[in-house]
Amino acid sequence: MELYALPAHALRQMLDRGEISSVELTKSLIERIEAVDGAIGSYLAIRVEEALKEAEEADRRIREQRDVGPLTGIPVSLKDNICTEGTRTTCASRMLENFVPPYDATVVARLKAQGAPILGKLNMDEFAMGSSTETSAFKLTRNPWNLERVPGGSSGGPAAAVAAGATVMALGSDTGGSIRQPAALCGVVGMKPTYGLVSRFGLVAFASSLDQIGPMTKDVKDAALLLSAIAAHDPLDSTSIPGDRADFLAELDRGVEGLVIGLPVEMLGEGVAPEVREAVNAAVGVLEGLGARVEEVSLPHVRYALAAYAVIATAEASSNLGRFDGVRYGFRSREDADVVTMFETTRAQGFGAEVKRRIMLGTYALSAGYYDAYYLKALKVRTLIRRDFEKAFERCHLLVTPTSPTVAFRFGEKADNPVAMYQSDRLTVPANLAGIPAISVPCGVSQDGLPIGLQFMAPALAEPVLFRAAAAYEAAAGWASMRPPLEVK
Amino acid sequence: MAAIEREDVERVARLARLALTEEEKALFQEQLGAILEHVRALQEVDTEGVEPTPYAVQLTNVLRPDRARPSMPREQALANAPQEMDGYFFVPRILEE
Amino acid sequence: MYEVIIGLEIHAELLTDSKIWCGCSTRFGADANTQVCPICLGLPGTLPVLNERALELAVKAGLALGCEINRFSKFDRKNYFYPDLPKAYQISQYDLPLCRNGAVEFEANGEIRRVRINRVHLEEEAGKSVHSGDNIMGSEYSLIDYNRGGVPLIEIVTEPDLRSPEEARLFMEKLRTILLYAGVSDCRMEEGSLRVDANISLRPFGETELRERAEVKNLNSFRALQRALEYEVRRQSAILDAGQRVEQDTRHWNDQKGVTISMRSKEDAEDYRYFPDPDLVPVVLTEEQIETWRRELPELPDQKAARFISQYGLPAYDARVLTSSKAMADFFEAAVERFGEPKTVSNWVMVEVQRLVNEAGIEFDALPIGPGDLAGLLELVKRGTISNNVGKEVLEEMFKTGKSAADIVKERGLEQISDTGELEAIVEQVIAENPGPVQDVRDGKEKAIGFLVGQVMKLTKGKANPKMVNELLRQKLTGGA
Ligand SMILES: [Zn+2]
Repeated sequence: MELYALPAHALRQMLDRGEISSVELTKSLIERIEAVDGAIGSYLAIRVEEALKEAEEADRRIREQRDVGPLTGIPVSLKDNICTEGTRTTCASRMLENFVPPYDATVVARLKAQGAPILGKLNMDEFAMGSSTETSAFKLTRNPWNLERVPGGSSGGPAAAVAAGATVMALGSDTGGSIRQPAALCGVVGMKPTYGLVSRFGLVAFASSLDQIGPMTKDVKDAALLLSAIAAHDPLDSTSIPGDRADFLAELDRGVEGLVIGLPVEMLGEGVAPEVREAVNAAVGVLEGLGARVEEVSLPHVRYALAAYAVIATAEASSNLGRFDGVRYGFRSREDADVVTMFETTRAQGFGAEVKRRIMLGTYALSAGYYDAYYLKALKVRTLIRRDFEKAFERCHLLVTPTSPTVAFRFGEKADNPVAMYQSDRLTVPANLAGIPAISVPCGVSQDGLPIGLQFMAPALAEPVLFRAAAAYEAAAGWASMRPPLEVK
Repeated sequence: MAAIEREDVERVARLARLALTEEEKALFQEQLGAILEHVRALQEVDTEGVEPTPYAVQLTNVLRPDRARPSMPREQALANAPQEMDGYFFVPRILEE
Repeated sequence: MYEVIIGLEIHAELLTDSKIWCGCSTRFGADANTQVCPICLGLPGTLPVLNERALELAVKAGLALGCEINRFSKFDRKNYFYPDLPKAYQISQYDLPLCRNGAVEFEANGEIRRVRINRVHLEEEAGKSVHSGDNIMGSEYSLIDYNRGGVPLIEIVTEPDLRSPEEARLFMEKLRTILLYAGVSDCRMEEGSLRVDANISLRPFGETELRERAEVKNLNSFRALQRALEYEVRRQSAILDAGQRVEQDTRHWNDQKGVTISMRSKEDAEDYRYFPDPDLVPVVLTEEQIETWRRELPELPDQKAARFISQYGLPAYDARVLTSSKAMADFFEAAVERFGEPKTVSNWVMVEVQRLVNEAGIEFDALPIGPGDLAGLLELVKRGTISNNVGKEVLEEMFKTGKSAADIVKERGLEQISDTGELEAIVEQVIAENPGPVQDVRDGKEKAIGFLVGQVMKLTKGKANPKMVNELLRQKLTGGA
């Protein structure tokens, strides 16, 4: 098998045995990017020289058997809203087209410290606002399974790159499903950790109380490996959970025997495409066959999750994106008769339509006279949704749903209809509101040959059991070896 | 009642410092109206006596010691500035305080 | 005549080494944008972490102002756009401030006045704009320095309990004293570490509703505060006299012209869209923590004044004046410890030492003489080596040169003339040269003796022992003592 097709844990063994070097691996990935990314469009920046230098250093460490960790020498790519010192971080926005951060995000610093070369920066919806990567100011990213289809979003670049073998693994960010939905649509594994497990320092904020960085990988074991590398308490992030992190790999092989898996009835019916429902039902059958007990549960307030999310996420975003004013960094308009005109035109020209739409909505929801009816109400509904999950988790270890109600859609299909686009996040948003971990794993292919994703959700900090169930399913169902039928130039 | 009036769109755009074109105003009025229509479902929920959840973690008192450390070099602080002058960030004239 | 209603909003920078959310230094006076980092510049992706000392000082300020401390407190974002505000929101506290319901007592026209403190909350400082040209109006461009951005700040909001511009100033002097005592702020108005905005409205006496108010900004000194409010009293009185209503607005004090100018009217008042900052977590304080901080507070001015009255037997007036500055109170106590006689020391400190400090335009803590130096001087006066009046001159000399009282007296030969022979000759000369007053004394006009004593003092350049001169004159003119 080609190197680009292999997961990190397999490459690890090859690196340790000296069968390949990190430089060879990095070079082969750069070649793969050159071969396929013209068609896919997943990268915004490739760090060729820097990555090769980092690979050389990793090879030295491996040769000298000095500080060799699971990711030493394994190239990783990053969604372009994760700050990289000296490498442009654009959030796929004209606003930050030339922004070069003077610092690394904590996750990047951790990866570098462990000797993982940073291969490049990946496309996304502008400021992570979107579900198709169509709102990127710079390029379209195409779904490797069907180039006429979206890769999902907002982490469409990372999902497409992992699916196409244009990287070994990637980090995305997930505010309402932005890791899991594109992972589902591109047939890869995508995982959103418990809120506070991974530092947000250096992640350009969309909605601070919902954002988490997480792994996007070829299989579940890689997701656990990558999460192990980035999860740690960070004194630079006040919302970082203190103390040590669990061993995410410890329970990978334990199987699902004895686990109680809940099926939230509100998340399986209405609005879910029939073939998605069938694939998920089949997956539930597999889990039962493996010895899990499956029960129906109810999350009565989850039907309000999308509405609560729309208010909370945009309210926070409207404030978080205020700093893009053309003074300290980023784009500045030429209309500068006075500072207010400069602010207004800079933001009008620097932001795309979806970002403006969300800033408008969030500003409205926080403005005088609407705060109680919208923002405060949404926060209270959020409390009820969290309670629904707590109650469900009294009965079961995990919950299972589809990740996305549909498979990958066509470009432009929902671009003009924000309400329809937001529906893509319907099944992923609840986990963000509740702050709990969730993972999407491939669970089948539609008649059109498009991947379908299965979502597992677990209680806060129950990542080990989440990985355990996902790994058991993956091993039994065999979808992990599924690769898109890409033509290579 | 329309979900959102034109004046609301203009008021919010001013607050958000977004210079919208007439087309954008019309489009946002329609689209925000549609979204708010959906969001209005929240009003059905009985939240009597329910505390809001503004934070995603149950942490309190996250503090750092009062220790000064070196700041960044000024060139680096200004490196991304669209316009600078004499070590300052330059902005067009300010009309109001 | 109208009743004047004034409330104040005070901002004081806290005395921390580092900023509130990052490790940049708070030192004043550095070159522009040299005390900044990705966090206080609001670079995308950065996050705030609260400085524990800022929290402690804010709570201590609240305790010193007699506030209740909220057990549960949180930070909120105040959203607005301004070039000196790097994140386009200021992290502040909205509905759950750290401290509320305090009170401050101060003296105005011999009366004790009490002002209620509505709240004290913790927030961050903005950066500084330097405008081209003379001022913001008419400037072509502005330059922004973020060194002050993120310095920890408390905002103190009073209830509208002040009833005159003078009271507002006296209150501020007392508030400043308390904050300095508590060690929470250096309160330097000239460096902007203490600032005050005033809300003022007028109403006919007897009315209970508050009327439209003006918010006055840009008050760069206590004197400016009083002058601006006096101007507002005149301006608003004229409007009310004319049967019109005052328009609620924000006004800028122009110190040169001595007028306030409207900046914006209430109509386009900002909508700050406060909401809890999701990047921070709430602050929960335990009773023990609050009590520990309360115990760590030094003795505050009112407590000290009460002690001065009971311990040293000082009049209330002396106690209040001496404790109006911690440095003065400390100086007084140290001098008393060496010299005794608290009332004598008090007079000297309140009058003579304070005069020298005022004339030099310095703060009491910059006084170039120590309490031991004053004690040495008072010892010389007590022993009769020098007179009280010469003592005042010597003090001035000590202030200027830093020399001790004894050295100055010796160098300049200022010892009193107590030699009877030497004095007698001078007294004879004065009697001979002033026949008129001498006759007056002999005729029983007691007052005239003072003139003759003065003449002797003049001839001796103040060195004669006035008591002895008096006795000698009486002996010679009336034959008795
Ligand atoms: Zn800083």
